[in-house]
Amino acid sequence: MIKKFTFPMGGIHLAKHKVTTDCPTVVADIPEFVSIPIKQHIGSPAKIMVSKGDKVRVGTLLADADGIVSADVHSSVSGEVTKIEDLPGASGYEEKMITIKVEGDSWEEDIDRSEDVEKEINLTPEEIIAKIRSAGIVGMGGAGYPTPIKTTIPEGKKANILIVNGIECEPFLTADDRLMVEKAEQIIMGARVLNRALGIQNAVIAIDENKPRAIEILTALSKLYVGVNVKICKTKYPQGGEKQLIKAITGQELPLGKLPIDIGCIVQNVGTVFAVYEAVLKNKPLFERVVTVSGDGCKHPGNYLVRIGTPISSLIEQSGGLDENVHKIVMGGPMMGNAVVNLSAPVTKTTSGILLLQDGEFTKKEASSCIRCGKCALACPAGLRPFAIKQAVSFNDTVEHMRKLHAGDCIECGCCAFVCPANIPLLDYCKIAKQEIRKK
Amino acid sequence: MDDSILSNVYILGGIAFVAATVLYLVSKKFAVRTDEMVIKIAEALPQANCGACGKAGCADFATACARSDESSFANLYCPVGGAAVMQKIASLKGYAATDRAPSVAVLRCQGSCKNAPIKVEYDAVSSCRIANRISSGQSGCPDGCLHLGDCVKACKFGALSLNKETGMPEVDTRKCVSCGACVKVCPRGLFEIRKQSQAGGMVYVACRNKQKGAVARKNCSKACIGCMKCSKINEVIKVENNLSYIPPELDADTFGKDLAENCPTGAIIYKERIHD
Repeated sequence: MIKKFTFPMGGIHLAKHKVTTDCPTVVADIPEFVSIPIKQHIGSPAKIMVSKGDKVRVGTLLADADGIVSADVHSSVSGEVTKIEDLPGASGYEEKMITIKVEGDSWEEDIDRSEDVEKEINLTPEEIIAKIRSAGIVGMGGAGYPTPIKTTIPEGKKANILIVNGIECEPFLTADDRLMVEKAEQIIMGARVLNRALGIQNAVIAIDENKPRAIEILTALSKLYVGVNVKICKTKYPQGGEKQLIKAITGQELPLGKLPIDIGCIVQNVGTVFAVYEAVLKNKPLFERVVTVSGDGCKHPGNYLVRIGTPISSLIEQSGGLDENVHKIVMGGPMMGNAVVNLSAPVTKTTSGILLLQDGEFTKKEASSCIRCGKCALACPAGLRPFAIKQAVSFNDTVEHMRKLHAGDCIECGCCAFVCPANIPLLDYCKIAKQEIRKK
Repeated sequence: MDDSILSNVYILGGIAFVAATVLYLVSKKFAVRTDEMVIKIAEALPQANCGACGKAGCADFATACARSDESSFANLYCPVGGAAVMQKIASLKGYAATDRAPSVAVLRCQGSCKNAPIKVEYDAVSSCRIANRISSGQSGCPDGCLHLGDCVKACKFGALSLNKETGMPEVDTRKCVSCGACVKVCPRGLFEIRKQSQAGGMVYVACRNKQKGAVARKNCSKACIGCMKCSKINEVIKVENNLSYIPPELDADTFGKDLAENCPTGAIIYKERIHD
């Protein structure tokens, strides 16, 4: 029997709802207008390099990274820049966006559009990192941390292992799963590119056991390449969390306030690894990604290859449209995603899914008082006591007290709120506590 | 039998006497000398401990008053007690009483359920602090009132109440002591402590939306659209980021009526008398 890896503390088992597992990725229609936010990553917003009226092509640089913690933004369509102004994003708050009116579909010449898989890597690590940087790649699992920073090893530290995160433990989402099935060889090449950039020969592709096809294909392919292995993880939420995955694969605990590189690990999402392959070997900047459109209120669920900046409403239209049964629209997974307030908001580099949910299973229930059963503490994969954090927040306790409760180490997975028999939205309180600590 | 009771009484009585003497001597030796002035001033204060004066509490304010000289005393003011309390303290100190125009908290938003209709439903925790983090709100205005009443909970004087019909908090001007608790707690900074004019009136822009006129109007019929009309009536009024702000030094009695009548959206509110 094959050994299956997992993390020991906390975690929950969720209904899978992965109805789109067998839906091949469809290329989504290009809308008439796209609005591309200049900040789709953690860090400072990129500097705008175009002005109103400029003609752009697919892959043209729109905004340049401002500082180290930032990322380039490229055009996802060809056409004319019509507006550069603040527009409401998915949360309803305004963000600076570049609006482009689409005319045709002409790509920048240096992008290799052929389907052949490139297998030759002749670049030095510095050249690879420079290419990743100029392609504007950020962590596509959801956090949006610029990838070149993760791939540059700080002085005095050493990478031992590259973990490619193919877990996708959130219900409904199958974007990473489809990518692994359809672009398996490219992902392996991407992992080899990253291996070379990091100067190691040890990449592990971690997949959880509810993706049998991806496991089968990648295991067979990985045997042909040196330094790439597949490891199977148990299906458990949040197995895809960085700390949880490191613990499962290497057995090492990530100390509080430390980065994975401090214990020699680098974790990259499969979407990111695929983007790295395309950027380094195909010269293609990050301007499109796979998005799952699903949910119990979605008429034709599916996986789409979407250009960044496409309005959410256009994607919903392609998958059957909205009807009055849809109660809530969520961007991301049902556990960690955010409710969408504005349907004209664009798909960004970190959007993994759009979920249309009906009233019922996913509706928030009336909260009652805490009965101190401790279920939240048992479910917390970070080992926190969410009930105590909730109390600290609702009683306006000092920041020192919240820090003592280690609220800053919350990974915002939402296990606590999910298991709470009193339906207390514990995650909201933990997020507030995190925010207070960060402010100080 | 009797002997044992008596001996116990003597022993315990002796211990009690010695302990009492020691305690007495210690309390004399280590007595904390408080300025009598501080005690007198503290007695005159309302003891609300609200922090509206800018000090940590009433005791801190009393100490500051007692230590102040004539010029620094002029900067100290207890908005809860008002002129009457300041008069008392001034007579204790022998200085001239500081006089300030009475002020009151005003809500700079008119995004009620009628003016700014609800577009999306909010079903998370009933707290403005959390709602502000999650999204721009039910009406879509990113700077408007969230109708969840953090300010009502923060008001120690019962001056704020949530109107169920409009969804907006309302200030009871007679109860408001302008302590500023609502200003601190509102995550969108909608409250402002404003001075009343000589006739007891007030004029202010009841909107904080910085979006462009057309966008702002889409969400709320009473939004400031930054049309500059008010700044033409009086140059003191500045319009920045599509939002007008009437500085408190503008005389409400003279310009108030004119400003309110000329505002095309009704974002400017003028009250002839605050206590209606």
